[in-house]
Amino acid sequence: MLDDVDRRILRQLQADPTLPLPELADRLTLTPSRLSRRLDKLQAEGVLRGQRAVIDWQALGYAVEVSLRITLDKTQSNAFDDFIGAAREVPEVIEIQTFLGRVDVRLSVIARDMAHYQEIYRSQILTLPHIADIEALMHVARIKSEESLPI
Amino acid sequence: MSDLDDFDRALVKALARDATQSAGALGRRLGLSQPATWRRIRRLHDAGIIKGRRLDLDAEKLGFGVTVFLGVKLATKGRVSLEDFERAVSAIPEVQTVEHVLGMYDYRLRVTARDIADFERVLRRRIMTLPGVGDVEANVLLSEEKRPGPL
Repeated sequence: MLDDVDRRILRQLQADPTLPLPELADRLTLTPSRLSRRLDKLQAEGVLRGQRAVIDWQALGYAVEVSLRITLDKTQSNAFDDFIGAAREVPEVIEIQTFLGRVDVRLSVIARDMAHYQEIYRSQILTLPHIADIEALMHVARIKSEESLPI
Repeated sequence: MSDLDDFDRALVKALARDATQSAGALGRRLGLSQPATWRRIRRLHDAGIIKGRRLDLDAEKLGFGVTVFLGVKLATKGRVSLEDFERAVSAIPEVQTVEHVLGMYDYRLRVTARDIADFERVLRRRIMTLPGVGDVEANVLLSEEKRPGPL
Protein backbone atom coordinates (compact mmCIF):
# COMPACT_ATOMS: atom_id res chain seq x y z
CA MET A 1 0.00 0.00 0.00
CA LEU A 2 1.08 3.57 -0.70
CA ASP A 3 1.54 5.98 2.15
CA ASP A 4 1.87 9.75 2.25
CA VAL A 5 5.64 9.65 1.71
CA ASP A 6 5.17 7.61 -1.49
CA ARG A 7 2.58 10.07 -2.72
CA ARG A 8 4.82 13.03 -1.98
CA ILE A 9 7.68 11.38 -3.87
CA LEU A 10 5.51 10.68 -6.89
CA ARG A 11 3.98 14.15 -6.84
CA GLN A 12 7.39 15.84 -6.92
CA LEU A 13 8.78 13.46 -9.50
CA GLN A 14 5.71 13.82 -11.67
CA ALA A 15 6.09 17.61 -11.65
CA ASP A 16 9.76 17.31 -12.65
CA PRO A 17 11.02 13.84 -13.66
CA THR A 18 14.53 15.18 -14.34
CA LEU A 19 15.14 16.16 -10.69
CA PRO A 20 18.44 14.65 -9.50
CA LEU A 21 17.98 12.21 -6.64
CA PRO A 22 19.87 14.27 -4.01
CA GLU A 23 17.76 17.34 -4.75
CA LEU A 24 14.54 15.35 -4.68
CA ALA A 25 15.58 13.86 -1.33
CA ASP A 26 16.30 17.36 -0.07
CA ARG A 27 12.89 18.67 -1.06
CA LEU A 28 11.18 15.78 0.65
CA THR A 29 13.47 15.93 3.70
CA LEU A 30 14.42 12.30 3.21
CA THR A 31 17.92 10.87 3.15
CA PRO A 32 19.00 9.86 -0.38
CA SER A 33 19.26 6.22 0.68
CA ARG A 34 15.76 6.20 2.11
CA LEU A 35 14.47 7.86 -1.05
CA SER A 36 16.12 5.34 -3.33
CA ARG A 37 14.72 2.47 -1.26
CA ARG A 38 11.26 4.00 -1.66
CA LEU A 39 11.75 4.39 -5.41
CA ASP A 40 12.92 0.79 -5.71
CA LYS A 41 9.82 -0.35 -3.85
CA LEU A 42 7.51 1.72 -6.08
CA GLN A 43 9.17 0.18 -9.13
CA ALA A 44 9.03 -3.35 -7.75
CA GLU A 45 5.31 -2.93 -7.05
CA GLY A 46 4.78 -1.72 -10.61
CA VAL A 47 3.39 1.65 -9.52
CA LEU A 48 6.29 3.48 -11.14
CA ARG A 49 6.87 1.76 -14.45
CA GLY A 50 9.56 4.10 -15.74
CA GLN A 51 10.17 7.36 -17.51
CA ARG A 52 9.58 8.13 -21.13
CA ALA A 53 10.90 10.90 -23.33
CA VAL A 54 8.10 12.95 -24.86
CA ILE A 55 8.49 13.36 -28.61
CA ASP A 56 7.30 16.54 -30.30
CA TRP A 57 6.13 15.30 -33.67
CA GLN A 58 5.62 18.83 -34.91
CA ALA A 59 9.33 19.53 -34.38
CA LEU A 60 9.96 16.42 -36.48
CA GLY A 61 7.95 17.88 -39.35
CA TYR A 62 4.58 16.28 -38.65
CA ALA A 63 2.41 19.37 -38.68
CA VAL A 64 -0.95 17.60 -38.86
CA GLU A 65 -2.56 15.52 -36.14
CA VAL A 66 -6.01 14.04 -36.55
CA SER A 67 -8.08 12.13 -34.07
CA LEU A 68 -10.15 9.49 -35.85
CA ARG A 69 -13.15 8.20 -33.92
CA ILE A 70 -14.16 4.89 -35.34
CA THR A 71 -17.26 2.76 -34.98
CA LEU A 72 -16.70 -0.88 -35.86
CA ASP A 73 -19.04 -3.41 -37.41
CA LYS A 74 -19.59 -5.49 -34.26
CA THR A 75 -21.52 -8.19 -36.11
CA GLN A 76 -18.02 -9.44 -36.98
CA SER A 77 -16.82 -11.33 -33.91
CA ASN A 78 -13.14 -10.47 -34.46
CA ALA A 79 -13.78 -6.85 -35.36
CA PHE A 80 -11.71 -5.33 -32.53
CA ASP A 81 -8.72 -7.66 -32.80
CA ASP A 82 -8.58 -7.52 -36.59
CA PHE A 83 -8.91 -3.77 -36.66
CA ILE A 84 -6.33 -3.08 -33.94
CA GLY A 85 -3.87 -5.60 -35.38
CA ALA A 86 -4.06 -3.87 -38.76
CA ALA A 87 -3.94 -0.34 -37.27
CA ARG A 88 -0.67 -1.22 -35.51
CA GLU A 89 0.90 -1.74 -38.92
CA VAL A 90 0.33 1.90 -39.92
CA PRO A 91 3.46 3.82 -38.80
CA GLU A 92 1.66 7.18 -38.65
CA VAL A 93 -0.78 5.86 -36.04
CA ILE A 94 0.77 7.01 -32.75
CA GLU A 95 -2.02 6.06 -30.35
CA ILE A 96 -4.74 3.42 -30.26
CA GLN A 97 -7.47 3.58 -27.64
CA THR A 98 -10.61 1.52 -27.17
CA PHE A 99 -13.75 2.84 -25.51
CA LEU A 100 -17.04 2.03 -23.98
CA GLY A 101 -19.49 4.54 -25.40
CA ARG A 102 -20.57 5.88 -28.73
CA VAL A 103 -17.06 5.47 -30.16
CA ASP A 104 -15.36 2.06 -30.28
CA VAL A 105 -11.78 2.93 -31.17
CA ARG A 106 -9.83 6.12 -31.53
CA LEU A 107 -6.64 6.48 -33.55
CA SER A 108 -4.25 9.41 -33.37
CA VAL A 109 -2.77 9.86 -36.82
CA ILE A 110 0.05 12.25 -37.68
CA ALA A 111 1.09 13.50 -41.11
CA ARG A 112 3.53 15.98 -42.61
CA ASP A 113 0.79 18.07 -44.22
CA MET A 114 -2.79 17.75 -45.44
CA ALA A 115 -1.76 16.10 -48.72
CA HIS A 116 0.22 13.49 -46.80
CA TYR A 117 -2.70 13.01 -44.41
CA GLN A 118 -5.09 12.46 -47.29
CA GLU A 119 -2.77 9.84 -48.75
CA ILE A 120 -2.53 7.99 -45.41
CA TYR A 121 -6.28 8.27 -44.86
CA ARG A 122 -7.16 6.86 -48.26
CA SER A 123 -4.58 4.16 -48.64
CA GLN A 124 -4.01 3.00 -45.06
CA ILE A 125 -6.93 4.01 -42.86
CA LEU A 126 -10.00 3.45 -45.02
CA THR A 127 -8.60 0.03 -45.90
CA LEU A 128 -8.57 -1.12 -42.24
CA PRO A 129 -11.03 -3.97 -41.60
CA HIS A 130 -14.58 -3.79 -40.15
CA ILE A 131 -15.03 0.00 -40.13
CA ALA A 132 -18.69 1.04 -39.91
CA ASP A 133 -18.19 4.76 -39.43
CA ILE A 134 -15.38 7.32 -39.03
CA GLU A 135 -15.43 10.83 -37.64
CA ALA A 136 -12.40 13.08 -37.71
CA LEU A 137 -11.33 15.72 -35.24
CA MET A 138 -8.45 17.91 -36.35
CA HIS A 139 -6.07 19.07 -33.65
CA VAL A 140 -5.69 22.81 -33.40
CA ALA A 141 -3.76 23.22 -30.16
CA ARG A 142 -2.76 21.43 -26.99
CA ILE A 143 -3.79 23.52 -24.03
CA LYS A 144 -2.75 21.05 -21.34
CA SER A 145 -0.72 17.94 -22.03
CA GLU A 146 1.21 16.68 -19.03
CA GLU A 147 -1.20 13.80 -18.37
CA SER A 148 -0.47 14.18 -14.65
CA LEU A 149 -2.43 12.22 -12.09
CA PRO A 150 -3.91 14.19 -9.16
CA ILE A 151 -1.94 12.11 -6.64
CA MET B 1 16.88 19.72 -37.70
CA SER B 2 14.19 17.61 -39.26
CA ASP B 3 16.95 15.72 -41.14
CA LEU B 4 17.61 13.02 -38.60
CA ASP B 5 19.92 10.16 -39.42
CA ASP B 6 19.46 6.57 -38.33
CA PHE B 7 21.37 7.11 -35.08
CA ASP B 8 19.14 10.04 -34.10
CA ARG B 9 16.02 8.07 -34.87
CA ALA B 10 17.26 5.11 -32.84
CA LEU B 11 18.03 7.43 -29.91
CA VAL B 12 14.59 9.06 -29.98
CA LYS B 13 12.96 5.65 -30.11
CA ALA B 14 15.05 4.26 -27.26
CA LEU B 15 14.47 7.29 -25.04
CA ALA B 16 10.73 7.23 -25.71
CA ARG B 17 10.76 3.72 -24.24
CA ASP B 18 13.08 4.50 -21.34
CA ALA B 19 14.31 8.03 -20.75
CA THR B 20 16.58 7.07 -17.86
CA GLN B 21 19.17 5.29 -20.05
CA SER B 22 22.61 6.87 -19.90
CA ALA B 23 24.42 8.19 -22.97
CA GLY B 24 27.10 5.57 -22.34
CA ALA B 25 24.70 2.63 -22.37
CA LEU B 26 22.80 3.93 -25.41
CA GLY B 27 26.05 4.59 -27.26
CA ARG B 28 27.32 1.07 -26.62
CA ARG B 29 24.16 -0.40 -28.09
CA LEU B 30 24.35 1.81 -31.18
CA GLY B 31 28.12 1.67 -31.62
CA LEU B 32 28.68 5.35 -30.81
CA SER B 33 31.04 6.85 -28.27
CA GLN B 34 29.58 8.23 -25.05
CA PRO B 35 30.42 11.89 -25.91
CA ALA B 36 29.01 11.55 -29.43
CA THR B 37 25.81 10.04 -28.06
CA TRP B 38 25.54 12.75 -25.45
CA ARG B 39 25.97 15.47 -28.11
CA ARG B 40 23.24 13.93 -30.24
CA ILE B 41 20.82 13.69 -27.31
CA ARG B 42 21.60 17.29 -26.42
CA ARG B 43 20.85 18.34 -30.02
CA LEU B 44 17.52 16.48 -29.97
CA HIS B 45 16.58 18.41 -26.82
CA ASP B 46 17.76 21.75 -28.23
CA ALA B 47 15.76 21.22 -31.42
CA GLY B 48 12.66 20.57 -29.32
CA ILE B 49 12.26 17.06 -30.74
CA ILE B 50 12.51 15.63 -27.23
CA LYS B 51 10.47 18.05 -25.21
CA GLY B 52 10.81 16.50 -21.80
CA ARG B 53 10.11 13.41 -19.79
CA ARG B 54 6.99 11.88 -18.38
CA LEU B 55 6.61 9.41 -15.56
CA ASP B 56 4.97 6.20 -16.58
CA LEU B 57 2.68 5.49 -13.63
CA ASP B 58 0.17 2.69 -13.18
CA ALA B 59 -2.93 4.84 -12.63
CA GLU B 60 -4.98 1.93 -11.38
CA LYS B 61 -2.46 1.04 -8.67
CA LEU B 62 -2.59 4.67 -7.56
CA GLY B 63 -6.34 4.43 -7.16
CA PHE B 64 -7.41 6.03 -10.43
CA GLY B 65 -9.53 3.30 -11.92
CA VAL B 66 -11.42 5.28 -14.53
CA THR B 67 -10.32 7.41 -17.48
CA VAL B 68 -12.97 9.15 -19.54
CA PHE B 69 -12.59 11.17 -22.70
CA LEU B 70 -15.02 14.01 -23.04
CA GLY B 71 -15.95 15.77 -26.25
CA VAL B 72 -17.08 19.26 -25.29
CA LYS B 73 -18.97 21.69 -27.44
CA LEU B 74 -19.10 25.28 -26.33
CA ALA B 75 -22.54 26.84 -26.20
CA THR B 76 -21.34 30.35 -26.80
CA LYS B 77 -18.28 31.20 -28.84
CA GLY B 78 -16.06 34.21 -29.04
CA ARG B 79 -12.47 34.85 -28.21
CA VAL B 80 -13.08 35.77 -24.60
CA SER B 81 -15.15 32.73 -23.80
CA LEU B 82 -12.55 30.35 -25.36
CA GLU B 83 -9.83 31.73 -23.15
CA ASP B 84 -12.04 31.66 -20.07
CA PHE B 85 -12.99 28.09 -20.76
CA GLU B 86 -9.38 27.00 -21.38
CA ARG B 87 -8.11 28.61 -18.22
CA ALA B 88 -10.87 27.16 -16.06
CA VAL B 89 -10.72 23.65 -17.51
CA SER B 90 -6.91 23.45 -17.28
CA ALA B 91 -7.10 24.26 -13.57
CA ILE B 92 -9.12 21.12 -12.77
CA PRO B 93 -6.63 18.55 -11.40
CA GLU B 94 -8.60 15.55 -12.70
CA VAL B 95 -8.45 16.95 -16.25
CA GLN B 96 -5.20 15.50 -17.58
CA THR B 97 -5.21 16.84 -21.12
CA VAL B 98 -7.06 19.57 -22.97
CA GLU B 99 -6.98 19.66 -26.74
CA HIS B 100 -8.58 22.29 -28.92
CA VAL B 101 -9.99 20.47 -31.94
CA LEU B 102 -11.97 21.16 -35.10
CA GLY B 103 -14.92 18.95 -35.91
CA MET B 104 -18.01 17.87 -34.02
CA TYR B 105 -16.47 19.14 -30.77
CA ASP B 106 -14.46 22.15 -29.76
CA TYR B 107 -12.41 20.49 -27.03
CA ARG B 108 -11.30 17.04 -26.14
CA LEU B 109 -10.57 16.36 -22.47
CA ARG B 110 -8.97 13.41 -20.77
CA VAL B 111 -10.37 13.04 -17.27
CA THR B 112 -9.16 10.64 -14.60
CA ALA B 113 -11.19 9.60 -11.56
CA ARG B 114 -11.17 7.03 -8.77
CA ASP B 115 -14.34 5.32 -10.01
CA ILE B 116 -17.53 6.11 -11.91
CA ALA B 117 -19.11 7.84 -8.89
CA ASP B 118 -16.03 10.04 -8.55
CA PHE B 119 -16.16 10.77 -12.28
CA GLU B 120 -19.79 11.83 -11.97
CA ARG B 121 -18.81 14.24 -9.21
CA VAL B 122 -16.07 15.78 -11.39
CA LEU B 123 -18.41 15.99 -14.36
CA ARG B 124 -21.30 17.60 -12.50
CA ARG B 125 -19.47 19.88 -10.13
CA ARG B 126 -16.49 20.90 -12.17
CA ILE B 127 -16.98 20.33 -15.90
CA MET B 128 -20.67 21.12 -16.40
CA THR B 129 -20.23 24.32 -14.41
CA LEU B 130 -17.42 25.64 -16.64
CA PRO B 131 -18.10 28.88 -18.48
CA GLY B 132 -19.70 28.31 -21.89
CA VAL B 133 -20.05 24.51 -21.76
CA GLY B 134 -22.70 23.13 -24.10
CA ASP B 135 -22.97 19.53 -25.31
CA VAL B 136 -20.74 16.93 -23.66
CA GLU B 137 -20.11 13.40 -24.90
CA ALA B 138 -18.36 10.86 -22.69
CA ASN B 139 -16.48 7.73 -23.71
CA VAL B 140 -14.92 5.50 -21.05
CA LEU B 141 -11.38 4.35 -21.88
CA LEU B 142 -11.02 0.57 -21.93
CA SER B 143 -7.49 0.18 -23.27
CA GLU B 144 -4.74 2.37 -24.55
CA GLU B 145 -1.59 1.78 -26.49
CA LYS B 146 1.08 4.28 -27.48
CA ARG B 147 2.85 3.36 -30.70
CA PRO B 148 6.44 4.23 -31.61
CA GLY B 149 5.31 6.31 -34.59
CA PRO B 150 7.03 6.86 -37.97
CA LEU B 151 10.68 6.83 -36.88
